[in-house]
Amino acid sequence: MNDLISANKRRTVLLMIGFVVVVLLVGVAVGSLLGNGVTGTIIALVISAVMAVTSYWKSDSIALAVSRAVPADETEFRRLHNLVEGLCIAGGLPKPRVYVIHDEAPNAFATGRNPKHAAIAITTGLLATMNRVELEGVVAHELSHIKNYDILVSTLAVTLVGTVALITDITLRMMWWNGGRVSRSGDRGDRGNPLAIIGFVLLLVSPLIARAMQAAVSRRRETLADVSAVRMTRYPPGLISALEKLQADRTETASASMATAHMWIEQPLSGVKDGGRLGMWHKLFNTHPPLSERIALLREM
Amino acid sequence: MNSTLVIIVVVVVLALLIGGAYNSLIRRRNEVDNAWSQIDVQLKRRLDLIPNLVETVKGYAAHEKTALEAVISARNSAMAASSDPHAQAAADNAVTGALRQLFALSEAYPDLKANQGFVSLQEELANTESRIAYARQFYGDAVEAYNTAIQKFPTVFIARSFSFTEREFFEAEDAARVAPEVKF
Repeated sequence: MNDLISANKRRTVLLMIGFVVVVLLVGVAVGSLLGNGVTGTIIALVISAVMAVTSYWKSDSIALAVSRAVPADETEFRRLHNLVEGLCIAGGLPKPRVYVIHDEAPNAFATGRNPKHAAIAITTGLLATMNRVELEGVVAHELSHIKNYDILVSTLAVTLVGTVALITDITLRMMWWNGGRVSRSGDRGDRGNPLAIIGFVLLLVSPLIARAMQAAVSRRRETLADVSAVRMTRYPPGLISALEKLQADRTETASASMATAHMWIEQPLSGVKDGGRLGMWHKLFNTHPPLSERIALLREM
Repeated sequence: MNSTLVIIVVVVVLALLIGGAYNSLIRRRNEVDNAWSQIDVQLKRRLDLIPNLVETVKGYAAHEKTALEAVISARNSAMAASSDPHAQAAADNAVTGALRQLFALSEAYPDLKANQGFVSLQEELANTESRIAYARQFYGDAVEAYNTAIQKFPTVFIARSFSFTEREFFEAEDAARVAPEVKF
């Protein structure tokens, strides 16, 4: 179990490095297309730095607002508060802010930048369908995201994916219009310039690469959080039966969007539903491993 | 000239490594202490709830003297118990046992069971008990991490030279492993 946790952490670090490399490559590609590699790289770095800083401070309130989460009332949701407090003691975490989302679909997510500034949000559908041990499993899963700093990693992942998309978009548009100082490197004059062609191809595929990497980071985090949740509750059947209930459930989480899809405990949008077999392609862009795989892994423990 | 530089670099790197290992041992040891005080907080919370409970029960079942006195005396000895893991666990198990007996008896008093104060006290106590269990689990995890850290190579040398000693695990007494027997 410990090996799994450290392996996952290593992979996450590698993927984060990969992200930075992609951003840098995009910068270089933009630069080479503009005829000045250094400028492009610097622009890419500045943009990603600005985005990273903004999301570091603001992502949690944005995510909560987008999902229409409201603070959970201390008396109305006493059971939930008690449960969160107990598990926080077990995990040695400060108690995060607790939110509820008025949504029929059972789902939950955690957000924030560190354990001291964290929040978990749970749908009323989840509260209604889960019994105490199952709810404990789900809350422990979310607290594990906080404890493993997954919340920060996912924030950064979103930011970097967004940055790559933004930069490539701007550059492609500039090339399309061929305005301003956009290089003539693809023009007749030096059609032999391989760097420019590579750069162009890179620009086209980098948003896809970034998305696939976001999905990969997210999938690892889910498995890791399942494992650490069980470490926290010391009771695998709770989370297993919670995941089985999620698997049986077919409602879509209305409060979720493409942007927040990777944060939830269960893939919130249909189309790439769990349970059924996923093709290679779907697997690559899926933010969550299939629930059946997650359940099977927990059964082994 | 060159060799002095190499020596300086080696010394600096070694100092940084030792300092880092030392700091992480300090951090882990503090975590163990913190985890231990968390258990104390929850145990104290439970003991604070007991006088209220005894008063409430007295109002309905004053003649259940033995059960009430058992709870009171268990509480008093728990208050007086020293803070090493074993003594604390033993005293606490006595409290748990006495409380269970009392709650089992309360089944025979419908008026008591209907009392709002009693119901919320019962809930609070059940909650606190699960928190005690969680706090102990966290303490166990912290001790495990700390003990492993000071036994591992090469940190073991640093731990030895700065006299970091192993901490005691909390071990559930036999009484806690077997659910207490409830007599009617």
